[in-house]
Amino acid sequence: MASTIATPADADDRVSARSVGARLLSRPEIGSLVGAAVILVFFLVTAEPFRDINNTGTILYQASLIGVMAVPVSLLMIGGEFDLSAGVAVTTGGLTAGIFAYQFSVNVWVGMAVALVFALAVGLFNGWLLMRTGLPSFLVTLGTFFILQGLNVAVTRLTSGAVASNSISDMDGFGSAKAVFASEFKLGGVTIKIIIVWWIVFVAVAAWVLMRTKIGNWIFAVGGDAASARAVGVPVKKVKIGLFMTVGFFAWFTGMQLLFVQNGVVQSGEGVGKEFLYIIAAVVGGCLLTGGYGSVVGGAVGALIFGMVQLGVVYAGWNPDWFKAFLGAMLLLATIVNLVVKNKADAR
Amino acid sequence: MVRWQRKAQRRAVVTSAALALVLAVGACSSSGGKQEEQKADGGSGNVATTPRMKVALITHSKAGDTFWDIVRRGAEAAAQKDNIELQYSSDPDGAAQANLVQTAIDSKVDGIAVTLNKPDAVIPNVKKAVAAGIPVTVLNGGLETWKQTGAVGYFGQDERIAGEATGDKLKQLGAKKVLCVVHEQGNVSLEARCQGIKNKFGNVENLNVDGADQPGTQATITSKLQQDKSVDYLVGLNAGVTLTAVQAAKDAGSAAKVGSFDMSKEMAKAVKDGTVQFAVDQQPYLQGYLAVDAIWLSKTNGNSIGGGEATLTGPSFVEKSNIEAVEKFATAGTR
Repeated sequence: MASTIATPADADDRVSARSVGARLLSRPEIGSLVGAAVILVFFLVTAEPFRDINNTGTILYQASLIGVMAVPVSLLMIGGEFDLSAGVAVTTGGLTAGIFAYQFSVNVWVGMAVALVFALAVGLFNGWLLMRTGLPSFLVTLGTFFILQGLNVAVTRLTSGAVASNSISDMDGFGSAKAVFASEFKLGGVTIKIIIVWWIVFVAVAAWVLMRTKIGNWIFAVGGDAASARAVGVPVKKVKIGLFMTVGFFAWFTGMQLLFVQNGVVQSGEGVGKEFLYIIAAVVGGCLLTGGYGSVVGGAVGALIFGMVQLGVVYAGWNPDWFKAFLGAMLLLATIVNLVVKNKADAR
Repeated sequence: MVRWQRKAQRRAVVTSAALALVLAVGACSSSGGKQEEQKADGGSGNVATTPRMKVALITHSKAGDTFWDIVRRGAEAAAQKDNIELQYSSDPDGAAQANLVQTAIDSKVDGIAVTLNKPDAVIPNVKKAVAAGIPVTVLNGGLETWKQTGAVGYFGQDERIAGEATGDKLKQLGAKKVLCVVHEQGNVSLEARCQGIKNKFGNVENLNVDGADQPGTQATITSKLQQDKSVDYLVGLNAGVTLTAVQAAKDAGSAAKVGSFDMSKEMAKAVKDGTVQFAVDQQPYLQGYLAVDAIWLSKTNGNSIGGGEATLTGPSFVEKSNIEAVEKFATAGTR
């Protein structure tokens, strides 16, 4: 990080107290928060249904679909790596649970447990191979991406004879699992899907770990400069492998949401391209592509921006031909606001 | 323990683990295998005694798509009956699909069945195949362009006609405002369907969603229904998107009814219990079957199915009134 190189000064300004405002402005997520506020105001003005409080649940749901995965992806990016297999790993999670439970006629929860073990193993494999070979994570996870994509389609066809997994909606344990991963409830007239609650919990826990624990410091350290981190005794290997396994866990979780929200059926070709959305959310939220800097809350705000823009275009009732163009322009706008605020903050 | 003992022990563990894995995999695939066997039994009664042929089926499908899985099954059924070895390949990218056609020419296949949904990219290589004396059939897409390639037949539906039939159906069902859900922005066939509905029905609005993201699609449709409360009919352009639309309407608290294109196991169930009012079926099984069978007939007897004109496989409507006849085939994954 540039800020670690202190310019020689008469007084040691590194220990001088900074104002609350300056400290707030130097947070990585502040730019994205301002960007989110700009987008929010924009759509509140232009899209009438956006003002209806009842529709908030829909927007938050859209955001949470990216947001849950943006949590580990942000952590991983702060740790200096990224994971291209995260998108299809979600589909793999859902498929593994569904296929295993169906093929062996076991309780759905058993299938889920198998899927969790497999998802963690994929993360372990990514991290281990990365540390073992020293290849860039781009290459390693690209390989995993293709392997998983192929396995998803091939194993599904092999076991079910079709390209979608067999429905497990009538099997034991489906109801209770659905309650955990894909139920919904009313909160003052707003329908809240439970994944939104999980998302908030995950963001809170991950933010706490990152900001308040030793592991959090390690993550910043390995992302900033792995060699010096190793020199001062940070277990670089363990931290990076752990981060990939965290991505594995969240991919499993999101896969469960996918499985149970779709009545126990997962289409095997899904998930390709989602990895970029997770990375975009993290970057819009202030994580550096080079590692060592960023925040979990920022990633969440990035996902929120994406969700608001995606549905805002629909709520505004604009010509659908322009949909992607609006989306891209809005994301750029949010990112530029982010950048400007960050530069302003750094200049102080 | 001495090292070799430990090593041997470890080797035993690894071997038994591998064995267990093989057994497990064997157990999985045997159920799939059994299904394949049963399917094979249906057609194995009359296998052609004509010389063995090699035919390539090359589509623009992305991997893991139910519709194309049904096309492939149709093609496989015909191949088995005709004593043909079928080579299936697909790539959504136009240039890559064209290259697959070139690969088929290079490996000297006896026939090529191909989709022309990306005509400008693929047609030059198809013409090359025809020039090399390989009979070509076109399926699913390419109604306007297939004749210029010198192909022996076309099997698919006219998307505009299918859309117009849907428009008439919606009028008959008393719809007032229709939302046409496009799951692939810029796909010519999908746009033609919506345009066809618009030609006959009028009050139609398109909505773009990402077909590869079902939860996201659901949220997008929900928000559209919240924005425009006058929508009383949704039309999804494939089975998966339509079933997602049903869920979205429930989420939005909308009373909008739902119609669809394409069939699947789940769609048959939905039509039966009335959550989906109708499905326009272009019979993908038939497209794959006829495209392969036409090559065989052309090679062995000089026939051309359709007599030089396109053979339409749709639109046929699947509704509550005729679902009984279709359901069992849809469940088996062939309709």
